[in-house]
Amino acid sequence: MKNLLLPALVIAGKDLYSEWKTRQIVTTMLIFSSLIIVTFSFAFDPSNQSVRVLIPGMIWIITIFAAILGLNRSFTTEQSNDHIHAFVVAPIDASSVFLGKFIANFIFVLIVQIIAIPLLFLLFDFRVLTIESIFYLVGIIFLGTFGFVSVGTFLAALSSNSKSSEMLLPILLLPLATPVVIAAVQATRIVLIDLEKLSSAMSWMQLMIAYDLIFFVAGLLLFEYVLEV
Amino acid sequence: MIQSNNIIKTIGEKMILRGMNLEIASGETVAIIGPNGAGKSTWLKITAGLLKPTEGSLLIDEEPLKKDKYELQQIIGYLGHQSFLYEHFSPVENLRFFAKLYHVKKPDKRIDDLIEEVGLTFFKYEPVRSFSRGMIQRLAIARAILHDPKILLLDEPHTGLDQQAVDILNKVILRLKKKGVTVVLVTHDFPQVIKTCDRVIILKNGRVKDDIPLEGQDVNWLYTHYERQAIHS
Repeated sequence: MKNLLLPALVIAGKDLYSEWKTRQIVTTMLIFSSLIIVTFSFAFDPSNQSVRVLIPGMIWIITIFAAILGLNRSFTTEQSNDHIHAFVVAPIDASSVFLGKFIANFIFVLIVQIIAIPLLFLLFDFRVLTIESIFYLVGIIFLGTFGFVSVGTFLAALSSNSKSSEMLLPILLLPLATPVVIAAVQATRIVLIDLEKLSSAMSWMQLMIAYDLIFFVAGLLLFEYVLEV
Repeated sequence: MIQSNNIIKTIGEKMILRGMNLEIASGETVAIIGPNGAGKSTWLKITAGLLKPTEGSLLIDEEPLKKDKYELQQIIGYLGHQSFLYEHFSPVENLRFFAKLYHVKKPDKRIDDLIEEVGLTFFKYEPVRSFSRGMIQRLAIARAILHDPKILLLDEPHTGLDQQAVDILNKVILRLKKKGVTVVLVTHDFPQVIKTCDRVIILKNGRVKDDIPLEGQDVNWLYTHYERQAIHS
């Protein structure tokens, strides 16, 4: 606890405070998300009801690419003054670095989603949300983002040692995150458009829970090998 | 006590340390000198826990330094070639972050005292990115001793410091020496070795070439001895 959870919260707090001061990561993610939403809203006629089917996919396009922008910076910012070495020599568990970075990245992506998804619904005039579908949508977004950020944080640390880390991260991350992305898109489609098939959405959510558990625990256990010099 | 037992370190095809045997007693202030590529920084990194030896063992207080030996990591302060500082944070913010990582009790008082000791009180709320190399190094020294380590490992700490900063650093080292802290200094700065250290170890080709006490010696003697041991032999 003293060497895992506490340092993780300290590292996450440092990243959040750093972001508060510099406003680099979330701002970039928000600009990118807004650009996608505005571009799509011009490309498709929002008044056309058939455009509704695009919304589940768009939610996850925004999440994936905005998250990659943040994940890429998550560890590269730690390299300018060898901060990773500072974590290695400190009396903290290597997993706490993963946990801290995961918490910060997760919060960054959630902030973007909290702003971008209502904006998407607004620009596409999507009004068919019920309390029930909002409830499930929040759960799906939480589970999907959790899994994507878990595996993304681990791979961001792995790729940060490479000179072309910004290119390497999506190459490694997208194939590995495919199961959780497919599950998230399918479950989102059901709760937004076809709520009668809720049992099917629940199956996708169970898949996401399993994925999240596997990759989160694997990240925690394997992270010390990523930090090894 | 630091015990280095026949440490061999190979990086790629190159053997950096070729059986390094060394004992440093608690409270000693030791300088490690030697030509470039002798393995000084590599040995210091192994002692700090940044690198693993290929063969041999490194014991601190008779215990091997491993990743989960938090008590050992807690007693070591390390200052490498990089400062480990965040450039957009102020000295106070940087030290507060490291104080939390090292579980420092009553950090605010300790941070204020250290910032004053390294002569940065005037700049304590300025971002580090506006600092000169010397100011960054002074803050990095404060960062390394923030958690009151029993063992302080310094890798070329005098590099890039002006005379005033050198004096500040020497005062810090001498104060810690008085407190019984073990200080290991990798350096090329012989006058500072004479001013601060009890003993000097000359490294050549990954081995200890000589190990001599410094009591009563001056800097000219050290230059002559070093030339004889590390260059001409």
